[in-house]
Parts: sequence; structure tokens; C-alpha cells
Amino acid sequence: MTAAHLPIQRPRQAKLLVVDKRGHFRHWPRSRLVDLFHPGDLVIANNAATLPASLSGVHLRSGCVIEVRLAGRQSLAADGIRHSIAVIFGAGDFRIRTEDRQLPPKFKTGDQLALGPLRATVEGILSHPRLVQLVFDGSPNEIWEGLARHGRPIQYSHVRTPLALWDVWAPIAGPPVAFEPPSAGFALDWNTVGSLKEREVQFATITQAAGISSTGDPELDALLPFDEPYYIPPSTALAIRNAQARDGRVIAVGTTVVRTLEDAAALDGSVRPGEGVAELRLGRSSRLRVVNAILSGTHESGTSHHELLRAFVNDETLSRIDRQLALRDYRTHEFGDSVFLEHLEHDGSSLET
Amino acid sequence: MLYNSNVNSLNVFRGLRVAITGGTSGLGLALVRELLAREAQLAFVARGREGVEHIARKHPGTHGIVGDVSKKTDIHPIALQIVGLLGGLDVLINNASDLGPTPLALLADTDCEDLERTFATNVFGPFRLTKALLGALASSAREGRGAVVLNVSSDAAINPYPRWGAYGSSKAALHHLSRIWNEELAAQGIAFLSLDPGDMDTPLHAIAVPEADPATLKRPELAARELADAIGNLLAFMKSERKLQEAVR
Repeated sequence: MTAAHLPIQRPRQAKLLVVDKRGHFRHWPRSRLVDLFHPGDLVIANNAATLPASLSGVHLRSGCVIEVRLAGRQSLAADGIRHSIAVIFGAGDFRIRTEDRQLPPKFKTGDQLALGPLRATVEGILSHPRLVQLVFDGSPNEIWEGLARHGRPIQYSHVRTPLALWDVWAPIAGPPVAFEPPSAGFALDWNTVGSLKEREVQFATITQAAGISSTGDPELDALLPFDEPYYIPPSTALAIRNAQARDGRVIAVGTTVVRTLEDAAALDGSVRPGEGVAELRLGRSSRLRVVNAILSGTHESGTSHHELLRAFVNDETLSRIDRQLALRDYRTHEFGDSVFLEHLEHDGSSLET
Repeated sequence: MLYNSNVNSLNVFRGLRVAITGGTSGLGLALVRELLAREAQLAFVARGREGVEHIARKHPGTHGIVGDVSKKTDIHPIALQIVGLLGGLDVLINNASDLGPTPLALLADTDCEDLERTFATNVFGPFRLTKALLGALASSAREGRGAVVLNVSSDAAINPYPRWGAYGSSKAALHHLSRIWNEELAAQGIAFLSLDPGDMDTPLHAIAVPEADPATLKRPELAARELADAIGNLLAFMKSERKLQEAVR
């Protein structure tokens, strides 16, 4: 697959690979997305808006230039941003591949960072020298203003022009808690959301602080995804119960929705409303208890998002999907094409058409 | 015309998350005070840092945000701070306005740049800010909290007053934008109001009509109360409609 390098959320030429529960493959334009949904289905998206989580600055003890990428938080509360987990790079920016980024200086607890108008202190070094716990100085107003004025969306080198916040906020974006965009939601414009209701398809949202997708460091990448706090509104939990009662499908828009709902249902299979922290890592051996289908971006083998798809389809089908995506020149990453996977009915072989 | 309803709106605002643009003077400041008294959680936006900090200090618990809605690049930073600080958004009041060239001029004598600036503040600013906040408002509606956008209008949006061309035409555009948005987003549970607060004793009116006798003008506090009542009545009406629908289901 080639990387989509233009920050266009719903390009006209976008492709959609559909794999139904019997393993049949279809290649559609993404404009036909709503045709996938049936009366009684429930579509659930992550409505998290994306933070400007990339902060350039200086490590004051050494004078070294750094880039801080906020990557995780413990809660969705407005003040929850004060204490953040961060991955830190040395000098440079998104134009350099993360794999090639300079290391930051060696951190010690108590180190001060000057990040534009923001000041932060290293509270602790976590399980990797580049992974730290930060605390921001100042009032919530000062922290949010500092982020708004100085922060930029986290960006990778495949997108060549600097991203603005409007590039990474999906139309449905609400609470700014995500560190990278829950980009499967880019496929949902207001016309699509409106069309769902006309087709008697319900639409609901959860809010989940989607973490970073890559660090360029194999050791750190192996730790992804970090724990992700979430909120499930009572209206969404009720909509799930109703959909299940009428045998409608629960369709997750994006991997973060799958992770959230399955985490919330881990205890007894029912999704309770309220806050939680998604710790589940979904993959081949996971049993899906809530989600019947996923609309997702196209993901490269080896990433945690790709591994999650194994919960929906068997290895053979996933290999065929990967092959089809490559053969048909699907584009990958946040502004790329989409796949729609229904949970396979059986472990039989899939059919390519 | 103000929204009329007999539904009691007492305490509808308690805990509601409200954002007001142009919140440091005139009607905007009066709205800040009125809604604070009604126990709303408030964020207000204005261009001048000094004024924002002064008003925020005088009204503890409010969140002052420095930003210019006429600038495209300020919109998402403003939206980020509003939703980040309030934890969501239930009511947006697009109040910030630009009068156009002063002294007021005939349209034929209005520079294109002045017309553009007026539209940037009165039309594109509210359009962009509302668009950036639609996701938060729709979430609020889905969660049963209600979601209302009030665009502050003017009788100049309807009546073709000579020398009010830039202001009047921009307010007419905003008024129609509100009506169309109200139709398009009703299914998402987001309601739009476009209300004329009347001729008020505000700095903007003093610039427009310096010879006007302030004693003959409406107090902004009264206009703020009327607008808050209109929003409150609409929210209460939406809530009762929702309960009715749930009962039918």
C-alpha cells in the first residue's frame, strides 16, 4: 500500500474494501458506505477531537531542542491533560521519519521543559528512556491556551505539509481528548450521519482518548496501544442493548470503538455506561462480545491496529485482505482508504471476487 | 422576534455549558453576567487579552478565551479551549459583531475590504466556529442535554436601512444561515435561534448612532435576560419533546 500524503478526509476517489461475514470480498467507492448498513443496525463512532499534542521546545537542563508528543492520560476530565504520558524526540520535526529521529537527552525526574508558553516537569521516567510522565504548570486555562497556541497535531512524514487542527478534526469531533485522530470517523460527514436515520440505522458515539499509533522505536511500539480512557454515554449503552435485542449489528467506526466497547463488556458481556480505561489488547485469540463489524482504515501488518482485525477475521482472510489492498493500490494511514469487515461466521476460507 | 413559549425555563441553565463570543462588553458582557447568575458554566471569547483577563477576574468561575472569530486560524484554537475547558458544549452564542465602516457609509461608498471584514466577523466567523463545534453540540443533543446555537441578529437583517449596508447585509446572511442550519440539523437535535435584541445602549450602538439618547435605548441587561429566557424556553421545550418521544417509544 502507498501512504495517503494529502490531508483530505473524504477524497472522492477513496476506496472501500468490504468483507462480509461469509468472507466475500467487494471493492466499492467509499461514497457507497451507507449501503452497507441495514435497518436496525447501530453505528458507533469515537467523537474525540484531536489535541494539538506535538509540542516543540527545550530541555532546560541540557539546552537540547526536543519535540514532545503527548501520548496518554489517565482520565478524560478537563484537567486530565495536566498529567500526561509523553514520547519525546530530539531535534527535528515531522518531516523526518520517526525511525530516523534523534534521541532526546537523558531525562531525570524533576527536569524542566520549556514548550513555547507552557512549562512542564518530568514527573517520572516510565518503561523506556523516551517515555516520560509530565506535569504541566499553570491553571487549566493557561494549559489549554498554551496547547491551542503552541501545539500542533502529531504528524508523520508521509504527509508533507504541516497539518492544522481542522485537518484532523472529523466532522463529528467533540471533546478534545485524542492524541491522534480516530481517523475512521473521517468517512462520516453530516450527510452520511443524516442518511443513517433515514435508513432506520441508529447512530451513537463514545469518547475515547485515542493514543499515538507509532513512535518509530520498536521497543516503544511494542508497548502500543497505551491505556486509553473512555466515556460511554448512557444513551449509547442503551442503544447497544436495543440493537442486540432486535438482532441488529453493532458496527464500530474505528479500532478505538472496538477496544472501548469490548473493554467495557469484558466483565459479563454487557456494556455499562460511564468512564473507564481501555487496557485490552485485541487480537487473534480475542472473543468479540459486542461488536459485529468494523469500519476501519487500512492498516499495515505488524501494527496494533492490524492485529486487532484478527479478532474479526482469520489469518487466511487477513492475508487475502492485505494482498487485495496491495494489488488494488489502496492507500493507507489516516487519510487513506477504508475497509469494512464483518465478524466472520466461521473459520472457513474466504472468497475473493 | 423572540421565541415564545410558556414552558418554564427556571434553572434550565444550571450546569449547562455555554460559550459566548464578544463577551467583554455590551450585550456579550450582559449575557455573561445573566447566564452566570443562572448557574451556567461559561466560556467567553474576545479579541483583547486585557479585557478578557479583567472580565474573567471579575467573574470567578468563567473561562476567558482570547481570540478573534474573524480570523480563520483562530477558530479551532478557540473551539479547542471552549470544549476542553467546559468538557463539552450545550449552548453557543455567536454575539461578536462588526459594524462595518464608521461613520456609517452608503454601500456605494463602502470599500470592498470593509465589507469583507464585516462579513468575516458577522458571517464567516459564526459559520466556522459553529461548524467546529457541531460535533460537541451533537454529542450534547444525543446525551439529552439539548443543544442550541443563538446567532445574535438585528432588525437591520430584515429592513434595508440606508448606510447600514455592510452590517445589515451581513446580518441578513447570518439570519438566513441560521434558518437553513436549523432545518438541516433538526434531525441531530441541534436548534438554531436568530434573534434581534433591539436597539441597545452599547458601545457598538454609540459608534453607529452617536447622537442617540442612551435613555431611549434598551439596557443590554434587559436584552440579555430576554435572550436567556428565549434559549431557556427552547431548551425546556426540547426536553419536554424528548420525554414525549421516549414515552411514545
